[in-house]
Amino acid sequence: MSFESELSKGKFCIPECTKCEKIIWPPSGFCDKCTGITSLRKGEFEGKIIEFSKQNEDYFCMVEFYNSIRLIAKMEKIPKKDQIVKITKCGISDKSYFFTVV
Amino acid sequence: MSKVGIIAYGTTPFTREDHKIESILHKSTNDLFQNNPDMDKKEIDAVLVSTNNNSKYLSPVLSEMNGIQPKIAHSIESLCNSGTNSIVSAFSYISSGLADMVLVSGAERYDSPGQILEWDNSRGEFKHPIFWASLFSKSYKQKYKISNEQLSIVSVKNHKQAKENPNALSKKTYTSQDVLNSKKLTEDLRLLDCSRPCTGSASILLASEKVAKKNTDTPIWITGIGQKTTSAGFTKNMSLSSMESTKIAGESALKMSNRNISDVDVAEIHDAFSVCEPMALESLGFTNPGEGMDMINNLHETNNFKINPRGGLIGAGHPLGATGISQTIEIVQQLQNNAQKRQTDNAEIGLIHNMSAASTSSTVLVLEK
Repeated sequence: MSFESELSKGKFCIPECTKCEKIIWPPSGFCDKCTGITSLRKGEFEGKIIEFSKQNEDYFCMVEFYNSIRLIAKMEKIPKKDQIVKITKCGISDKSYFFTVV
Repeated sequence: MSKVGIIAYGTTPFTREDHKIESILHKSTNDLFQNNPDMDKKEIDAVLVSTNNNSKYLSPVLSEMNGIQPKIAHSIESLCNSGTNSIVSAFSYISSGLADMVLVSGAERYDSPGQILEWDNSRGEFKHPIFWASLFSKSYKQKYKISNEQLSIVSVKNHKQAKENPNALSKKTYTSQDVLNSKKLTEDLRLLDCSRPCTGSASILLASEKVAKKNTDTPIWITGIGQKTTSAGFTKNMSLSSMESTKIAGESALKMSNRNISDVDVAEIHDAFSVCEPMALESLGFTNPGEGMDMINNLHETNNFKINPRGGLIGAGHPLGATGISQTIEIVQQLQNNAQKRQTDNAEIGLIHNMSAASTSSTVLVLEK
């Protein structure tokens, strides 16, 4: 079970070191601090909008989880800075990750 | 550490034309040797090629096309700051004694694969540079209460200055209203806020002090080098309104040259997008945070070419692997009092700022007469 195999099923997981518990982002099999093996934390995670802009009708936002994971996600409704959001849709398309938050 | 000087240069025009990467590399090196007919190619110990192009074995290919048999020949790729990274490598070869003369040649095609960092999946489906630039612009404008109209002056100024650069991609001048009315790429970015990928090449020849003085009366010395890579992924940038890698690289370069930022007479700044110019000026210490646009406005209104005299990336075009070398050539010309209509007054000390992938990596060079 890897981050990408779960993501391709539409499940967003948090990669975390099994030895020192550091969250590893971007996802990797090994910890960049202690070289330990990483595992995936499952669940529904809340993120905070750091910044956003808009292209055509869609907003794109930088969202932060656990003060360490940052990613760019799509959002349909008008975002606000510091707004708490959840990933409702994610996956891999043409080798690229995609995320939607509400 | 022994001194390293820049003793010759050559360039091609920057265009949207379709040329083979090998041809444009050869064209800029040919320009260099035509302008310096007494240069002995047998003295070249290393040939370094700076590019994001996927063609193979480009340095040996370029060496053969120029009739050079160097000891050292390889390519260097680091996205948009490949050019200055190659110059730093050349500097290192010379200052370590492994080489006395190094040819550095950078080139890119308009369709460079280096424009998008596929690896950075934290950007989600928003991998094109316009998206990080939009987030930088939004954050910067909001933090310092800068309007789109105020920011448009960067593009107006740099297109104006590019008009005096015969090799620049842009041949037109624009008003602030033209910039604001240009194609809206996102809510926070217009087409004229962007540098354009293009086809072009630039080459320079570096040499040890002894060899430099033998070959020219006007060498330009590299007195400061600073580099910093904070990450590869854009989303690791903790601040979206300043450039951490640029700040660190700038401080290192000035410390090495034993200079202050106020000593710098002329600078090439990596304005991949409009917002990058004030952000870089502030991160380098030219102004306090939030005051970069005041400096840019003032320079524009007084027609002072101190920042980005060749038109920056926005005016000159951005052939990734050639950009850092072209910036360096501009500063060499300025210090040699040879920049024609772009010449700034009393240019003694120059600075080059070249960065990659949303400022995740920066290189800063200080040059002096």
